[in-house]
Amino acid sequence: MTDTTDRETTRPAASPEESTGDARVRRRDDGAVLRMSEADASVVAGGGYDPAKDVDEGQRMILNMGPSHPSTHGVLRLMLELEGETVLRSKPVIGYLHTGMEKTGEGLTYLQGPTNVTRMDYAAPLFCELAYSMAVESLLGIDVPPRATWIRMLMCELNRVSSHLLFQATNGMDLGAVSMMIFGWREREEVLRFFEMVTGLRMNHNYIRPGGVAADLPDGWEADLVRLLEIIPPRLDEYEVLLNNQPIFRDRLQGVGVINTAEALALSATGPILRATGYDWDLRRDEPYLAYDQVSFDVVVGAHGDSYDRYAIRLQEIRESLKIVEQVMELMPGGDYRNQDKKVTPPPRARINQSMEALIHHFKIFTEGFHVPPGEAYAAVESPRGELGCYLVSDGGPNPYRMHIRAPSFVNLQTLPHLMEGGFIADAVAVISSVDPIMGEVDR
Amino acid sequence: MSLPTTPAVRSTVLHTARDELLEVVAGLRNDGYDMVIDLTAVDYVAHPGRTDLPEGVAGERFEVVVSLIHHRSRERARIRVQVPEEDPVVPSLFDLYPGTEAMEREVHDLYGVAFEGHPDPTRILMPEDWDGHPLRKDVAVGTIPVRFKNPAER
Repeated sequence: MTDTTDRETTRPAASPEESTGDARVRRRDDGAVLRMSEADASVVAGGGYDPAKDVDEGQRMILNMGPSHPSTHGVLRLMLELEGETVLRSKPVIGYLHTGMEKTGEGLTYLQGPTNVTRMDYAAPLFCELAYSMAVESLLGIDVPPRATWIRMLMCELNRVSSHLLFQATNGMDLGAVSMMIFGWREREEVLRFFEMVTGLRMNHNYIRPGGVAADLPDGWEADLVRLLEIIPPRLDEYEVLLNNQPIFRDRLQGVGVINTAEALALSATGPILRATGYDWDLRRDEPYLAYDQVSFDVVVGAHGDSYDRYAIRLQEIRESLKIVEQVMELMPGGDYRNQDKKVTPPPRARINQSMEALIHHFKIFTEGFHVPPGEAYAAVESPRGELGCYLVSDGGPNPYRMHIRAPSFVNLQTLPHLMEGGFIADAVAVISSVDPIMGEVDR
Repeated sequence: MSLPTTPAVRSTVLHTARDELLEVVAGLRNDGYDMVIDLTAVDYVAHPGRTDLPEGVAGERFEVVVSLIHHRSRERARIRVQVPEEDPVVPSLFDLYPGTEAMEREVHDLYGVAFEGHPDPTRILMPEDWDGHPLRKDVAVGTIPVRFKNPAER
């Protein structure tokens, strides 16, 4: 951690054993969650309320924030119960971006699936593709060639960098550090340029597919990556100079939106929110998938569980990801970039002209799709926002019978009322930003 | 207590009856499973010949799937509960793991499976006045015309 000063947090950190009970009691009884239906809230909020008659300062009011508010990162709506400027209870209202992607996924073949899931977490699309592909591969029982595994790792770590840079930008913007917004977007664009070179697209890549990746790395990828590795670290140092010791920035974040380990565990929070409480858990290290057991990196943890720790963890994780990228560059094996099982992987274009069998395989895969043995599987990866899982059920046909994405933003959003409770409404913006929800993933 | 299991990658899959769910989850919680990582459901109505259930477990229309994680021993457990169509009610895990609140609301919203004892049994993703449960297999895709304007404004 870059910050070493002592600071007071409103709630003491507790070990998971001693206070899971407290966390539960808090939630059920007085709770931070405003359990009121939207219809009731609109009556209270809009129905004949006359502020002129409201002379009592201690009176509570319900305020709607969003769904289209610049700081809500998309279409998040919050119902806030306020007393003066203090937030008493709140409730995130979601669903404004619900497009039924899990239902859509049931109508697509396994090969078309990644195009759908990649649109869920649009800031870190490769992780959704990865979780989905890993679940399909686990049902198929096929192996992925080493080169594909390492390419996946390279791309995912770069995607973590771009996603965290986006967080730095929007977090700065929400707190009034406008130059940070421009810097964050600028560096993210450098990473996206690399993605465009490899996958053809800046976002929504459809690059990681069941069986491997869509295309091999283009010639000269090392040179571009070296350039990236030269550009980004000094700029991260710049951010630290700009933000870490900036008193206004620190005051806006330190001690704001505090959550302890027991509460984070009870609320199923994962990713930087859980790690900010000092809990050491990262799927890349603790349940290694791909080839994460062959690279060395540190899991960054916080101490106070406040917004500042969540900010600092994400900044530091960029450095760790770049460390992995460097190692991947050195260790990148040769060979195939996708599984050579002809029933799963479409043949190369040139083979279709020469081989009747290749033509048939091509036709079968793109019209009907490949069949997956019946069963169910769950695959999880560590996305920039926490555990991203994919639960797949197959009935033996060419489409998933059920495709469920365990979206980290969706679950992490439950911590919002607890982070905001008792804080100022002005801090609500800092708190939403520090949870870093991506609404496409929340609503799916 | 020995429950029927099915093989899976990186996880133990347990099958339990509805009325034993709370007991089983409380037992796992005492064993050190710190977190419910996921809770979802599947509608098996369009998949009658499924063979992935162990002996002694009769398939019903809905299945609620709860995934738990044990951080210290790095283990995962998945509980699959059969829920009949006539009485789609499951006890809520809220009192054991408050983090299931949003996930249970989602299952309730999209599948119409009720969670007994849930503190806020409202819709979460669909509009409050929505009729039906879209992820059920008997709801087809594309049957509802997209309305870009409120009819009253036309």
